[in-house]
Amino acid sequence: MVLTGAEIVIRCLQEEKVDYVFGYPGGAVLYIYDALFNQDKVRHVLVRHEQAAVHAADGYARSTEKVGVALVTSGPGATNAVTGIATAYTDSIPVVIISGQVPTAAIGQDAFQEVDTVGITRPCVKHNFLVKDVRDIASTIKKAFYLAKTGRPGPVLVDIPKDVSMHKCEFEYPKEISMRSYNPVVKGHQGQIRKAVQLLLEAKRPMIYTGGGVVLANAAEQLTKLTRLLGFPITNTLMGLGGYPASDRQYLGMPGMHGTYEANMAMHYSDVLLAVGARFDDRVIGNPDHFAEEPRKIIHVDIDPSSISKRVRVDVPIVGDLKEVLEEMIRQLEAGAARPNPDTLGAWWKQVEEWRSRECMKYKNSDEIIKPQFVIQKLWEVTGGDAIVTSDVGQHQMWASQYYRFDKPRRWLNSGGLGTMGVGLPYAMGAQLANPDRQVACVTGEASIQMNIQELSTCKQFRLPIKICNLNNRYLGMVRQWQQLFHGERYSESYMDSLPDFAKLAEAYGHVGLRIERPADVEGALREAFARKNDLVFLDFQIDQTENVYPMVQGGKGLTEMILSAEDL
Amino acid sequence: MRHVISLLIENESGALSRVSGLFSARGYNIESLTVAPTEDASMSRMTIVTTGSDDIIEQITKQLNKLVEVVKVVDISEAAHIERELMLTKVRATGKDREEMKRMAEIFRARIIDVTDTSYVIELTGNQSKLDAFISAIDPALILESVRSGVCGIGRGDRILKV
Repeated sequence: MVLTGAEIVIRCLQEEKVDYVFGYPGGAVLYIYDALFNQDKVRHVLVRHEQAAVHAADGYARSTEKVGVALVTSGPGATNAVTGIATAYTDSIPVVIISGQVPTAAIGQDAFQEVDTVGITRPCVKHNFLVKDVRDIASTIKKAFYLAKTGRPGPVLVDIPKDVSMHKCEFEYPKEISMRSYNPVVKGHQGQIRKAVQLLLEAKRPMIYTGGGVVLANAAEQLTKLTRLLGFPITNTLMGLGGYPASDRQYLGMPGMHGTYEANMAMHYSDVLLAVGARFDDRVIGNPDHFAEEPRKIIHVDIDPSSISKRVRVDVPIVGDLKEVLEEMIRQLEAGAARPNPDTLGAWWKQVEEWRSRECMKYKNSDEIIKPQFVIQKLWEVTGGDAIVTSDVGQHQMWASQYYRFDKPRRWLNSGGLGTMGVGLPYAMGAQLANPDRQVACVTGEASIQMNIQELSTCKQFRLPIKICNLNNRYLGMVRQWQQLFHGERYSESYMDSLPDFAKLAEAYGHVGLRIERPADVEGALREAFARKNDLVFLDFQIDQTENVYPMVQGGKGLTEMILSAEDL
Repeated sequence: MRHVISLLIENESGALSRVSGLFSARGYNIESLTVAPTEDASMSRMTIVTTGSDDIIEQITKQLNKLVEVVKVVDISEAAHIERELMLTKVRATGKDREEMKRMAEIFRARIIDVTDTSYVIELTGNQSKLDAFISAIDPALILESVRSGVCGIGRGDRILKV
């Protein structure tokens, strides 16, 4: 069948079973939008800013096992998308971005709305393509989806010049794709896995530390099974929350800069550390030299060889698909009679429980002023602990990760790596569209929400009943916290006055807005919001202005050098 | 430590900038980088000379392998290998220097490939240290300009980099 390039693009998306494309039209993609108009399988979500298109596609992907898709025009359309692309790249989220480009003859002529999109995005994509011939569109899009979701996932951009989308050719979607330069390892090395299992069985102070890889690989079930089989303590990073049920006794909370005392101490003093789909980043292990002081054996399972021994020397590297490797570990354990020694393990647990008894997550609640931690606890209660929670970046993000206990994967969506303010609302849009029957809450702050506030309009158009929990402290809270602790209380530009009345603003967009000022009203407001099944409700919580996030490991310090509460200052 | 990394990469536009961008983005050193298509025109071969600790070289190799268009990566300096570099040097060749330059070229087994009344272009091939030695052996005031190709490398014997 002979089709135009634009029609081929849409047919490819249909072949990939794409149900939603998040985008914004413009000159260079007019033919593609025309092809979109003539069909109803691929639905288009018109965002109000291209950054939100990519974030929404990213949120869609995070909350499902599918690839998110965004469509933007050339020039500013593409540059606006860059923050979204970099955010997805840092957290290894499978997204395909289709961008329009000026006609091939105009490339390099400084044409209207021309930028070197492939050049600009090169450092923040898994791969990108410029399609110069209509006959290459189908195979390129096939490759883009394949690259985005296999191996270590990531965003892939396909740049299509306007004339290429207009030209015609015979369409046939390739059934399979093979690339001699790209063959991600799937099965882990048997001998290495055996070595790892042996090490785990002999461990005296074992600890399991897992990251976003477990969520991406859909390996939460296997991880849970292995962890229970071994009886070891476990921690999930910010990206890995929900990889293991947070309400389980073996779970020690999150590690790292704002992690729990018990998770950090157990990480640090373990003698065998099993790292799964995690990358020992600076927010998790603090100073790598301090971390390396304690002798311990590290087993590291990851799909990406370059993540292994990057920041920390690893003793048993295992490259492979996490699900396969964990299954093989379980198989080997179940095939043998050997189990961890209950006495040594018991002694280690006694130590861990002693750390846990410090109750580092305790905070002083108040009857007068709303504490942010309290809001999150109530959100957890009201939603039965099973909502999809998105967050922006800052203090509210940390409180949400600390006090909403995630028992399942793909319930917690946040920008862990890049730390992009403004992701929360578009993430919630993607998640709500992908999961129309689920409760979706966006935990945000008055600063972050304003970075993509225009999307309230998209939410109205597509009737997305998201519940926005704005923890409003009239400060750029995390910046203020660092200024208080490390910059002599000089609050340089971290205060925001002239804030809008968010409840009224939400109403102006056609939503429901509530302003909550007293702790006694928190639960009622949340219940009212979630009872409104068809409405977006903007809950503007006026919280304690000076509340800090604790525990805290100062940047550059070691994991055990923690500030547990304000009393430690 | 100095390392010589050879790699095969799909001969696509932008492939070179993916490699050079990786080095600059991650703060790795590039001493030299050469690239040209191989006998199979769909692939290019690069030789990158870099320096770094063992950990850094391990990361460089892994990061290069991670690039989607990179087909194969080998650190050829890990075992017996040969390195060659080409240098073209234009020197002043007048008066007594004319004979002296010709003699120096002979000593270094270089070739004079362009002659004018006042200058020679001398072609010299060898490893880096030989080229360096030639440059320091001649009077710097006589060098009008010079250009080096960067290092090309290949493993000895059965060490073969091929798909």
